[in-house]
Amino acid sequence: MGETFAVEARDAVKVYGTGVNAITALDHVSVTVSRGEFFTLLGPSGCGKTTLLRCIAGFETPTSGAILLSGQDITEEPPYRRPVNTVFQSYALFPHLTVARNIGFGLEMMGKPKAEIAETVARMLALVRLEEFAARLPQQLSGGQQQRVALARALAPKPQVLLLDEPLSALDLKLRKEMQGELKRLQLETGITFVFVTHDQEEALTMSDRIGVMRAGKLQQVGTPRDIYDRPANRYVADFIGETNFLTGVVEGGAVRLGSGDLVRAALGGQTGTVTLAVRPEQIRVVATNAPGAIPARITGKVYFGTDTHYHFALVDGTEVVARLQSRAQGEDDLPKGVEVGLQFEDSSVQVLGP
Amino acid sequence: MTERRKRFAIETLPGFTAIAIAAFVMLYLPIVTLVAYSFNGGSSVAVWGGFSLHWYEVASQNAAVQGAAARSFIIAASAAAIATTAATMAALGTTRRGKFTGQTFIYLMINQPLMVPEIVTAVALLIFFASIKVATGYSGLGYLILAHSAFCIPFAYLPIRARLEGMDGAMEIAAADLYANPWQVFRRVTLPLLMPGVAAGAMLAFVISLDDVVITEFVKSAGQDTLPTYMLGQLRRAVTPEVNAISTALLGMTVILLTAFFLLSKKRD
Ligand SMILES: Nc1ncnc2c1ncn2[C@@H]1O[C@H](COP(=O)(O)OP(=O)(O)OP(=O)(O)O)[C@@H](O)[C@H]1O
Ligand SMILES: [Mg+2]
Repeated sequence: MGETFAVEARDAVKVYGTGVNAITALDHVSVTVSRGEFFTLLGPSGCGKTTLLRCIAGFETPTSGAILLSGQDITEEPPYRRPVNTVFQSYALFPHLTVARNIGFGLEMMGKPKAEIAETVARMLALVRLEEFAARLPQQLSGGQQQRVALARALAPKPQVLLLDEPLSALDLKLRKEMQGELKRLQLETGITFVFVTHDQEEALTMSDRIGVMRAGKLQQVGTPRDIYDRPANRYVADFIGETNFLTGVVEGGAVRLGSGDLVRAALGGQTGTVTLAVRPEQIRVVATNAPGAIPARITGKVYFGTDTHYHFALVDGTEVVARLQSRAQGEDDLPKGVEVGLQFEDSSVQVLGP
Repeated sequence: MTERRKRFAIETLPGFTAIAIAAFVMLYLPIVTLVAYSFNGGSSVAVWGGFSLHWYEVASQNAAVQGAAARSFIIAASAAAIATTAATMAALGTTRRGKFTGQTFIYLMINQPLMVPEIVTAVALLIFFASIKVATGYSGLGYLILAHSAFCIPFAYLPIRARLEGMDGAMEIAAADLYANPWQVFRRVTLPLLMPGVAAGAMLAFVISLDDVVITEFVKSAGQDTLPTYMLGQLRRAVTPEVNAISTALLGMTVILLTAFFLLSKKRD
């Protein structure tokens, strides 16, 4: 017997509507989430992230395929019989109940004794640092406070899995950063498996143990943030996560001949013919034109970002390349527009993506 | 060049203000007169005989008025309760389960009392209940309560449905997510959130029942006068300011209930 996963989707398909109006929101999605893991679903709007969460929570039934929780098939179970809780994007706090009653709602529905409910609610209020707000109604709280109540409410029944559907998207940047740290802390403290949805790639990279990148109902790649960033499975993933230069060339020996005529070494893994190379902007070095292996380029522009500066280059055939260089003190190393330089790619950083 | 056109506005038409004032006078002068004469010390409905609460005293000590008031209240309260319950279920059935075939038809059925002439309903009920009376021998207030419940349903239904449609389905999903079974979802979330609509519907139903003349007149058995039918009977004989006093009391009650109704229907969350 292998590991039993906290959550597993087996070949899940979800089709909304019928006939010509049919929309395939999930297209044969298979994925496993381990116990205690912080797993993130990442993808653009409409790619099916919410649909997958709703299938796990039980608000939707997959058209085909199965959902398993700790190895048990729960595909047909109604939501109230699943030990899974959701933090909704809109929070969906009960407006007629106080903060404390909101947080205790799940336990109350489970028929837990009053003393236990009171004790858990108090602990949850402390966990999300809202002790003095217990008697307030949700509409008397700020957005960030409501967010924390929603979190406490979903955590109170100690679910096996917590589903979070873009829980931070309604917050401003500063609060968002704060809540990211808070979420991570809560996950570590409670040890609960988190399935987190976002379309913010930075959020996904900084918070997750593993990320599943989705596109149009299909999972494109599942892996650690490093895997996804350093070894994107395809052009879509490389483009979606961070910025990337895409360079087309033809395999020639152990290297790739670019359109500009320059040779770039890469781990080809047996690929031949036309391939696409992906190079991250921060993995490009600017060197003298006569340095060994340097690709000649001309600076066409630059954008200052504070900690670093984005330089735009044109190779001899006009191919555009962007490099990110750390800004130095007092504008030293400041390269003016029009200057001819050499570019070096770190060998290990060049990813081969196929044509 | 942008040419500024003169906007057509009905309130700029000549005579608009005059017509508006005339309409308000037509609406409220008779009511004001009625209320004023309920405090008339004399015994005429047309000649002022000084301020007095005499007619209120007469009305409140009149056994027939007391009986009619009690019946009016019992019927209105029962009809409001029955109609509101039925309307709540109807509203949940028509809004909480997505589109289904025959939805418009059911909607029309529920609102039938608003469209069928009242006199037709009254005659139909008279004939229908007459045969039941013969068959069962029962001739209590039940017929009036049932009849009132029926025509009060659409009035109770409209505010409840409006409230339901404005309600966020996310609350119910969140409750189900937190281990509430369908009945608990309804009891703990749907119903409390629906309550202002239900209360508004009940009040409207109560007022509508309290006001009814036509159907009551046809359906009632002997000795089952409500306040409005009692007044109608009085007007056929001698007209005394006692009727003004009863009318004013009814009016006061209606105004209070309708004010509460508007406050409740405006209430958000
Ligand atoms: N109830 C529904 N009926 C019909 N189509 C739906 C329904 N819910 C979602 N869809 C469609 O399914 C697809 C996936 O939707 P989903 O809500 O899962 O996307 P998402 O990845 O969560 O997007 P977002 O980031 O915008 O929230 C979309 O094309 C959407 O229009
Ligand atoms: Mg979504």
